Amino acid sequence: MISQLSWKIGGQQGEGVESTDRIFSTALNRLGYYLYGYRHFSSRIKGGHTNNKIRISTKPIRAISDDLDILVAFDQESIDLNAGELRPGGVVVADAKFAPTIPEGVEARLFAVPITAIAEELGTSLMKNMVASGASWGLLGLPMEVFNKAVEEEFGRKGPAIVEKNIEAVRRGAEFVLEQAGGPLDEFKLEDADGKQKLFMIGNEAMALGCVAAGCRLMAAYPITPASEIMEYLIKKLPKFGGTVVQTEDEIAAVTMAIGANYAGVRTMTASAGPGLSLMMEAIGLSGMTETPLLIVDTQRGGPSTGLPTKQEQSDINALIYGTHGEIPKLVVAPSTIEECFYDMIEGFNIAEQYQIPVIIATDLQLSLGKQTAEALDYDKIVINRGKLLNGELPANEENRLFKRYELTEDGVSPRVIPGMKNGIHHVTGVEHDQEGRPSENALNREKMMDKRLGKISELRVTNAIKADAPNANPDLLIIAMGSTGGTIEEARTRLTAEGIKTNHVMVRQMHPFPSELLKPHLDAAKKVVVLENNATGQLANLIKQNNGYHDKIRNLLKYDGTPFLPSEIHKACKELN
Amino acid sequence: MATFKEFRNNVKPNWCPGCGDFSVQAAIQRAAANVGLEPEQLAVISGIGCSGRISGYINAYGLHGIHGRSLPIAQGVKLANRELTVIASGGDGDGFAIGMGHTVHAIRRNLDMTYIVMDNQIYGLTKGQTSPRSAEGFKTKSTPEGSIESTLSPLEIALSAGATFVAQSFSSDLKQLTTLIEEGLKHKGFSLINVFSPCVTFNKVNTYDWFKENIVNLEQFPDYDPSNRIAAMTKIMETNGMVTGLIYQNKERKAYDEMIVGFKEEGLAKQNLQLSREDFDKLLTEFK
Repeated sequence: MISQLSWKIGGQQGEGVESTDRIFSTALNRLGYYLYGYRHFSSRIKGGHTNNKIRISTKPIRAISDDLDILVAFDQESIDLNAGELRPGGVVVADAKFAPTIPEGVEARLFAVPITAIAEELGTSLMKNMVASGASWGLLGLPMEVFNKAVEEEFGRKGPAIVEKNIEAVRRGAEFVLEQAGGPLDEFKLEDADGKQKLFMIGNEAMALGCVAAGCRLMAAYPITPASEIMEYLIKKLPKFGGTVVQTEDEIAAVTMAIGANYAGVRTMTASAGPGLSLMMEAIGLSGMTETPLLIVDTQRGGPSTGLPTKQEQSDINALIYGTHGEIPKLVVAPSTIEECFYDMIEGFNIAEQYQIPVIIATDLQLSLGKQTAEALDYDKIVINRGKLLNGELPANEENRLFKRYELTEDGVSPRVIPGMKNGIHHVTGVEHDQEGRPSENALNREKMMDKRLGKISELRVTNAIKADAPNANPDLLIIAMGSTGGTIEEARTRLTAEGIKTNHVMVRQMHPFPSELLKPHLDAAKKVVVLENNATGQLANLIKQNNGYHDKIRNLLKYDGTPFLPSEIHKACKELN
Repeated sequence: MATFKEFRNNVKPNWCPGCGDFSVQAAIQRAAANVGLEPEQLAVISGIGCSGRISGYINAYGLHGIHGRSLPIAQGVKLANRELTVIASGGDGDGFAIGMGHTVHAIRRNLDMTYIVMDNQIYGLTKGQTSPRSAEGFKTKSTPEGSIESTLSPLEIALSAGATFVAQSFSSDLKQLTTLIEEGLKHKGFSLINVFSPCVTFNKVNTYDWFKENIVNLEQFPDYDPSNRIAAMTKIMETNGMVTGLIYQNKERKAYDEMIVGFKEEGLAKQNLQLSREDFDKLLTEFK
């Protein structure tokens, strides 16, 4: 019995790789397994190799695996490109139609199943993904009825006849392969999962759900990979809660529309990726200058320019912190787990209103799109705090005076009103202004207003601004990272510990303002520090050096080829750096 | 009920004496009072440029944003609170150069709001460069040999983009301008009002006298039917874009905010944000 295995399906884009993966993983989720998925895809709709990999485990996992147990291939290219990942004794299930062969040097068992032939016999070659998934499910020896239920849900809206045909395709695929193999493969017999149904989602869905929970009722956005799922989810859900999504003409319109709606009192967000964020920079300055709450999600992908639009990278951090001209207060947070994707939205909307600043939530492609098991999300943690937003009746202003929207207060945050409120009229402008919002070039006023705005965030720390796992008083290595890489680091650490290398681990979540005081004791305690990130220039490492120093201790571990780190890569690099 | 005086404030505009924008300011104040608004029910969102300052000169909620983006900001305000009356405003550079993309899409989106452009055919605040509205051959600091680009016709663009209300006026004609803004405010949808608002400092060609000589007032055509889109386009072309009055109105098409499924009359900003436990559980079920 094994406690985990990795399964991958590959083919041409548009061939049903996505739907097969969806049904396969839904069925596994129903059985209570923990799952972690990785999508390899290109910026095109049809054609080009694509593959989805899922790791299946009886225990929580948050990383892709180094190797592969089962590869389902629709074409020879999928075998040639992925067979190298197969561990010795791995299995390839491939369509007999293309007379599949295993590349030299790869020790794997091949099951050539007449996938297309069976599908065509049943009416349409479109069903070949069902035959293939049935075959691989069969090899695992998992209960068929759970798989059939998932098929039923996928095709239910197309009517019972279609459902039945697809279930038959699954049955035939399983039947064929089991005859060839002589029954389910013992080496792939998974231990039973706990049977408890878990949440299974991508980071973008967790964030979109977090939006709804946070009371966000409007979204303005322009489609972009890998952010679009957020708007697609919200356009389905927000109308049920009175809101809507507007697909704007560009990202500048998206962010300024969000600013207008926040000014007028509705929690409103936009989401994009690097190219969109670049366009939004001037408007983010408007939000900071006018102290208008704003929440933006940046799903980082490979840059610069169009870069690698469907690949993993963490290279927007500098742009998010420094991109706007002039100096404004802002918060930049990078969630490091799927659960944080959800909770950070709620906290992000609260902070945007409590501090009246722009808040940027920066994920990366793997966190945004990798489908994975999430811990139960807690309704009781959904708390909405709108800060100094006033409601009810306002006292009349003095003759010829306006409401002091930018009143100088001890904490720098001023009372806020929204349009429509009597006696609340004030002016809002991106020009430097006085306490009523009137343009002012007065030097003393300028200093006071700059200090007020920038001072607001001096003590701002989000929940778990850093997340530390520091079992060693003086570790050989402190590994620091951000975003989706935490789970992979954990696996590498287990191997390092087994080899006697003591490691501590910190995920930095708050990128700006930088929580240097929280990081300091960890940096002090470590003999060496490895800062691991998916970019070419070490943006996080530079932030640490800028804020904390420790230039002599810090080493970069960088990967910018578009793929996420594997546990083995981190393990090897850390050993070398130690 | 508020009078136009209540839409005044004590801020002295920084416009040059004689600037056309003073009359546009007065017309907005009068129109707002005439349609029965209270100051707090009005939000004026403006762009950047001389005319962009207008949001600070009207006693109403006002937001002076960034160059070219008054329209998306204003649309956000309207979506957040349908109970507000929303005016977006700015100059021809703001709306027809840097913000042209937003102008076309705001027109076709057709939210219930009014867009007033103060069109002086030049960049004033940056001290005299060409604008998309400048005539060919127009000499400015950035076109010392005369502009070699063709002049943009915002009214033709508006019609072809699906505008439901297109009007044009002249800042000297306060009566017509006030009436058109009132009509725009009452129109259920996006209303574009382009206003010839002369720049007395940098534009020595398109002067008050020049406009008086060249404007073609629709009052001259008693049979003109503003519901006829083809006639509207023809009239704009025949007059080389110098026609004033209500040029086109489509009363049939519903405003965007009326067509959003499930969108309530009550401003979204006033609605409850809290998600019930039951709704939350229902949302989670989809991920199981």
